[in-house]
Amino acid sequence: MKKSHIIGIIVIAIAIAIIMTTAGDASSYVSFDEAKLRDVNGDHSKIHVVGKLKKESNDIMGIIPAEDQLSFTFLMMDENQQEQKVFHPNPIPQDFERSEQVVVVGAYRENIFIADKILLKCPSKYQEAEIKI
Amino acid sequence: MVHYFIGNLGHLMIILSLVTALLSCIAYFKAAKSEDHGWTRYADISYYFHVLSLLGVLVVLFLIINKHYFEYHYAWNYSSKYLPIYYQISSFWNGQEGSFLLWMFWNAMLGLVLIKTNKYWKPSVMTVMTFTQFCLTTLILGVVIFDVKIGSSPFLLLRDVIPDAVFIVNPEFVPADGNGLNPLLQNYWMVIHPPTLFLGFASTVVPFAYAVAGLWMGKYKDWIRPALPWAQFSGLVLGVGILMGAYWAYETLNFGGYWNWDPVENAIYIPWLILIASIHTMIAYKKNENALKASIILVLATYLLILYSTFLTRSGVLGETSVHSFTDLGLSGQLLLFLGLFLIGCIALCAYEWKKIPTTEQEMEAYSREFWIFLGATVLSLMAFQILIPTSIPVYNEILGLFGVDSNLAPPADPVGFYSKFQLWFAVAIAVLSGTGQFFWWKKMDLKKFRAEIQNPLIVSLLISAAIFILAEVREVPYMILLTASVYTIVANAAILWSLKRTSLKLSGGSVAHMGVGLMLIGILFSSGYSKILSKNTTGLIYSKEFPDEINLNNLLLFLNEPREMGDYSLVYKGMRKKTNELGYVDSNKLTETDNPLRLMVTDDIYVGSDLVAARGDTLGVTNNENSYFEVIYEKEDGSQFSLYPRVQLNKQMGTVYSPDISRTLTADMYTHVRTFPDPEQETDWGEVKEYEVAVGGQFFINDYVANFVKMQRLDQPEGIPMSENDVAVKAVVEIQGEYQNYVAEPLYLIKDQMAAKIPETVYDLAARITIESINPETNSFTFGVQRTQKDWIIMEAVEKPFINLLWIGTLLVCFGFFIAILRRYWEFIIFRDKGLES
Repeated sequence: MKKSHIIGIIVIAIAIAIIMTTAGDASSYVSFDEAKLRDVNGDHSKIHVVGKLKKESNDIMGIIPAEDQLSFTFLMMDENQQEQKVFHPNPIPQDFERSEQVVVVGAYRENIFIADKILLKCPSKYQEAEIKI
Repeated sequence: MVHYFIGNLGHLMIILSLVTALLSCIAYFKAAKSEDHGWTRYADISYYFHVLSLLGVLVVLFLIINKHYFEYHYAWNYSSKYLPIYYQISSFWNGQEGSFLLWMFWNAMLGLVLIKTNKYWKPSVMTVMTFTQFCLTTLILGVVIFDVKIGSSPFLLLRDVIPDAVFIVNPEFVPADGNGLNPLLQNYWMVIHPPTLFLGFASTVVPFAYAVAGLWMGKYKDWIRPALPWAQFSGLVLGVGILMGAYWAYETLNFGGYWNWDPVENAIYIPWLILIASIHTMIAYKKNENALKASIILVLATYLLILYSTFLTRSGVLGETSVHSFTDLGLSGQLLLFLGLFLIGCIALCAYEWKKIPTTEQEMEAYSREFWIFLGATVLSLMAFQILIPTSIPVYNEILGLFGVDSNLAPPADPVGFYSKFQLWFAVAIAVLSGTGQFFWWKKMDLKKFRAEIQNPLIVSLLISAAIFILAEVREVPYMILLTASVYTIVANAAILWSLKRTSLKLSGGSVAHMGVGLMLIGILFSSGYSKILSKNTTGLIYSKEFPDEINLNNLLLFLNEPREMGDYSLVYKGMRKKTNELGYVDSNKLTETDNPLRLMVTDDIYVGSDLVAARGDTLGVTNNENSYFEVIYEKEDGSQFSLYPRVQLNKQMGTVYSPDISRTLTADMYTHVRTFPDPEQETDWGEVKEYEVAVGGQFFINDYVANFVKMQRLDQPEGIPMSENDVAVKAVVEIQGEYQNYVAEPLYLIKDQMAAKIPETVYDLAARITIESINPETNSFTFGVQRTQKDWIIMEAVEKPFINLLWIGTLLVCFGFFIAILRRYWEFIIFRDKGLES
């Protein structure tokens, strides 16, 4: 067998390994129900949940900072309007209450969702839709 | 008044540059086929007109920003009245249209250089150049034909973009001020990083154009000589551009590092890797025809990946997966069209010409330099492939969506861990290959000679690595391997450099650059692998019983003037500062706003030591009043100390933005950023009033601090209050002993128009407010009301990044190596050209 063939086979093997790992490590966007189901089934990998903060007549509900302000919990509604308590081990991000969409990345632990990362989509950020006079 | 003319002029210039680009493209095409000088002249002239009208577009757009014509969406959306000139320049490329213009500008300049330097290749190469320029121009055309929007013009009026009610009432309405520049972009790196990056972007078209021209003209080998210095130039500039972006992110964003494996970062890193791979195969082409084919594929792939990265970052497909992609301008269709056009064009051209490319059946020898270069290029390509696959995840979702499949694939939840797992081993391979390959570079080798050459460097690098393991306490096996490999490439290349010293320094580019790569890898290994969060919560408290204690809280709460221990340091938060042009950082409680947003008035005398540097009523200048800084003093046990000033920007449009401050020493960076602080909009909640009756000379307590009622004073004319004959004003002077300094509070008591009025004084550092509640003539004393509130606080994160300087030093070394190599290859090209051998 020629050297170039051996190298070629190794390259293909690595490429396949890359694709397989990517498929394995890729996270997914799921609902809280499904995330819970995964947790129960022993799959503790981190997933993305898209949703909104819980609101009641335009007031945001259920944001509770820890006493030392270093972490907080909040109530989030996923796209199926399923409510869930979420814990984030960081202070409340500044524009948190203004966000129109929240993506949390993390996993369940017991009955609470631990979000390692929170991605916010803020309405006015970078694209102004109205003119202030 | 709406300035219609200038926008129309700009639009006209865009159309002109589009037409001239197309004309010169056709003319160069004809010239390339017929070698008719008439066509060449015609093409050149159209190209010059194209460059002129493009420059016109740039000037017009800049004038609109500079003159604050807020009736134009671009000026309104990205700039504001008080933006300094250098940030007006950044506003220019804040929007997609402006950044396309920047790209086109560099393209146009590169075209001029090509016309001047290379007569032989001019027609064919310029055909490709002008065609890409034509495609790019359509992106800013902003014309609607049969309901299809072609491009997005930067010269749109605000009223056409945002149909606000105000324009129905008055179409001539011009907003008084613009939205302003995104605070994150108000940084000097954002003035120089985008032009550098886009020069890198643009310059990748030159090797691409040569490769296409080479295939097209049947000069399968000859295109490489002129293309190589350009590919190296491109590799240098794009690499520098990427690192500038990394450095900007490190200094300005608060994710705590220089690289985050964000899709936008990846999108530009992938073509760079392929470009570097192509440079390596282009160097090897002379001896091996397989390298020639690889070069053609890699050079074409580089430009296709550049177009793909443009599509990723600008079509909106990345959506919520990236923090810094552009907003969607509805150009995705057009971008996809170009990508498809170039891809199909390249494949067709290769398929048609492939059989004619000289080829060889001869096997590469293991002891030839080509073999090692080939391995290196292969590893670089695999590196790129490994990043490309997951970065494209949003694209897969889109594609599956087209077929009605609802895919919910998300990028890896822990990108750093995910990518590092692969990239670390690729980096090891790169280090080993670039160390070893260099030995084959200069001499003919066989096993015996190779053993003799490699022996000493190998021993030296093992010894050095072992010493580093012990000194820096490197224990993790993968890190130990990477470190050894990196040290090896530095030592091996240094040995080569040493031997070249006697013969030819001109040829040292490769070894210098590879030494730089080794240093960069070590810098990355330590600064990322051993990055340490110093502000980890050590109080032992856990948030709640529901969680085990393994959830780490990485932040520290600091109250004003209350020292806290953090590792070897004692930290004190000293309060909020403004950065003034005259005096540097000044307590923001001593400054107040004036009518001019760039001038602040001093409300209390400011001393440095015992010198009065600014008196009450003076004004001080600031470059941006939205910026405030938190002064944090770090003190070590030995008494040495430094201050850091992490920043917050309160921007009405864009929200609150934090930036870190970094203390740099030779061995490590101390990186500190604030996560949150009390909302300045929220009204202070003053507690209950506690009353103290004190005579002059008496003592009382304010918030546990000793206070002396020094004296009382009758004022004839208190500041800012008009007094009539029967009015009385009394001031009490109270001195309070704080931990670090004494404060003087001077509350006022007025009887004005027979009404009593109390004007309290607040001592912010002590979170206390003092009011004269009443004056008691019978006991000859004052009654003070004291209120307290929560002390000012910040929550911050502090991270130590060891040996990050090696990364920056390595970067400079790589640049220097590239520079030497470019010079060498360019001289080679000039010599051949001037001998008339370029054919």
